[in-house]
Amino acid sequence: MFPELTGFLFPNDIHIHWSLMIVMYPYITGLVAGAFLVSSLYHVFGREEFKPLGRFALATALCFLAVAGLPLLNHLGHPERGINVIITPNFTSAMAGFGILYASYFIVLLLEVWFVFRVDIIDTAARSRGLKRWFFAALALGVYDTSPEAQALDRKITRVLAAIGIPMACLLHGYVGFLFGALKANPWWSTPLMPVIFLFSAMVSGIALLIVLYQVAMKLKGMPIERNAISAMARWLWLFMIMSLTMELLEIMMLAYERAEEWEVISHLLTHQLSFSFISLQMVGGGLIPLILLGIVVLMDRYMDDRIRNTLTMVSSLLLLLQVLAMRWNVVIGGQMFSKSMTGFRETYVPEMFAKEGILAAALIFFIPFVLLVIFEKVLPTFRHLES
Amino acid sequence: MARHDKDSARPLIPISRREFLNRSSSALAGSMVIALILPEGSSAGIAGADYDWDRHRWVYLIDTTKCIGCGSCVRACRAENSVPEDMYRTWVERYEIPAEGEAFIDSPDGAEHGFDPVATGLSVRKGFFVPKLCNHCDATPCIQVCPVGASFATRDGVVLVDPEHCIGCGYCVQACPYGSRFINPTTHTADKCTLCYHRITTGRKTACVEICPVGARRLGDRKNPDDEVIEILATQRVEVLQPELLTRPQAFYLGLDMEVR
Repeated sequence: MFPELTGFLFPNDIHIHWSLMIVMYPYITGLVAGAFLVSSLYHVFGREEFKPLGRFALATALCFLAVAGLPLLNHLGHPERGINVIITPNFTSAMAGFGILYASYFIVLLLEVWFVFRVDIIDTAARSRGLKRWFFAALALGVYDTSPEAQALDRKITRVLAAIGIPMACLLHGYVGFLFGALKANPWWSTPLMPVIFLFSAMVSGIALLIVLYQVAMKLKGMPIERNAISAMARWLWLFMIMSLTMELLEIMMLAYERAEEWEVISHLLTHQLSFSFISLQMVGGGLIPLILLGIVVLMDRYMDDRIRNTLTMVSSLLLLLQVLAMRWNVVIGGQMFSKSMTGFRETYVPEMFAKEGILAAALIFFIPFVLLVIFEKVLPTFRHLES
Repeated sequence: MARHDKDSARPLIPISRREFLNRSSSALAGSMVIALILPEGSSAGIAGADYDWDRHRWVYLIDTTKCIGCGSCVRACRAENSVPEDMYRTWVERYEIPAEGEAFIDSPDGAEHGFDPVATGLSVRKGFFVPKLCNHCDATPCIQVCPVGASFATRDGVVLVDPEHCIGCGYCVQACPYGSRFINPTTHTADKCTLCYHRITTGRKTACVEICPVGARRLGDRKNPDDEVIEILATQRVEVLQPELLTRPQAFYLGLDMEVR
């Protein structure tokens, strides 16, 4: 059980206290932020090419946000005291921002979902009987006005909420980067670029997730995949992944060129402990390859067959989802693979399969939002407006 | 005074059964009295009953030139504070520095069993031991980052964790640049050196200071005008660990080397 070590580590530094759960947490909130952005591109900025996805993206954001706190709760030594972060926060702690940011964003998202789906809720209530009718009437919160004026007001409120939601989504996720970036004790984390890197990679993962889910959903429903939607998402994805990769590389290159003290540790980390997850996954497999594939999609869009475009964006998106997961891993676990003595390393870290914070627990938590999404789709179909 | 000296020279562990019974019965009686006095639901805390924290300001001084690496302090700390296995509230590091090339540094089991001779293959010109513990920093990141305020500083300058409020998030463990904190596997809360707060608030020294056979570890009190440690801090060249991080450590070192972080 004793990990393999090289060099000299402070004796308390051989443990990985921040486990797979802390990898999953920023991964999930990142997906939320990215998905929300796509829905806002339609609801706030009126990008018509995102219309097929506007509602679905919103539902995706909500379902993932619903479980974003779970990995944290599972990680806490005393989850029963977790609520204290929200009710008695210590405001010098960056982590104290969690309750405010999470709760307020959740409220905005719920409100926006309600306003977007309000007419659907009322229609369904009107068309059903018994328990179902009762359920949807309750969801409608006693308001049954579907006049054109009321719907116009809905759209106005939706736009405002979505507009408020953008900075809040950025804050919720930028805050996660801040948690790491603001720790001066850890040279692999401590950089002002960290929140920015987290934000851009969040956008990447969220858009990539939507590309995958949208294509799968359309296949399952036997509906056509909108060419414009895929083209537009590919463009945004390409933009954000270029920004994200640039930032990730900049951070490393600065350290390397400065020959800062930290570089001795970090260069070793990147070429040994993280060589696969950083170089192979984050930079090449999940970075360079999708960069090229998406480049082809974006630059040759006009000449491309729909099936090729769909396949290329699908493959790129899956690779980018992996890339962002690798990035979270490299930050969270990588930052604990060396001792603060700056002279010693832990050689490997393999999370256990069945441990409380193990692989199975992480997989289960990650599975829940997909189940929620299926339920959401059953209750409030997100693509109904396309069927008619 | 003589009585006190005799007391402090007594070995920590072996006591007779009669003495044990005597002591534990008085401790039991004492705790019953405390339980009667205190209102229900409040915790007795770990400070001495008539201790005034405004009249002390604790500092710690480590003379690396004296340390012999026996590891008694590590053992005493574990016994005194029930520190869990493989976790350390204090430890000792060994440095063997050749004229050229990289230094050899180790701390096997935190030096709990002392140090075996090692064949480093280096022609060592300089070698020394460095005891480590929580630096009880004045501007400490661990307190700053605690999301629920469970990590706190006492007014007499000791950084403590309230295990009844700690949520076990581990942020403080990540924030400490010195590796002084760990998550206690039994209580699932952050754990660290308390500077033996239960001892120093009852007029005793910390277990590590008490046991150190060479006086390499010393406890000082800034509010005591005759304190020898404070005199040393005032008149000699002392250093702190990682001063560039501006955490203002209150554990000071004599004879530190640039290899030590």
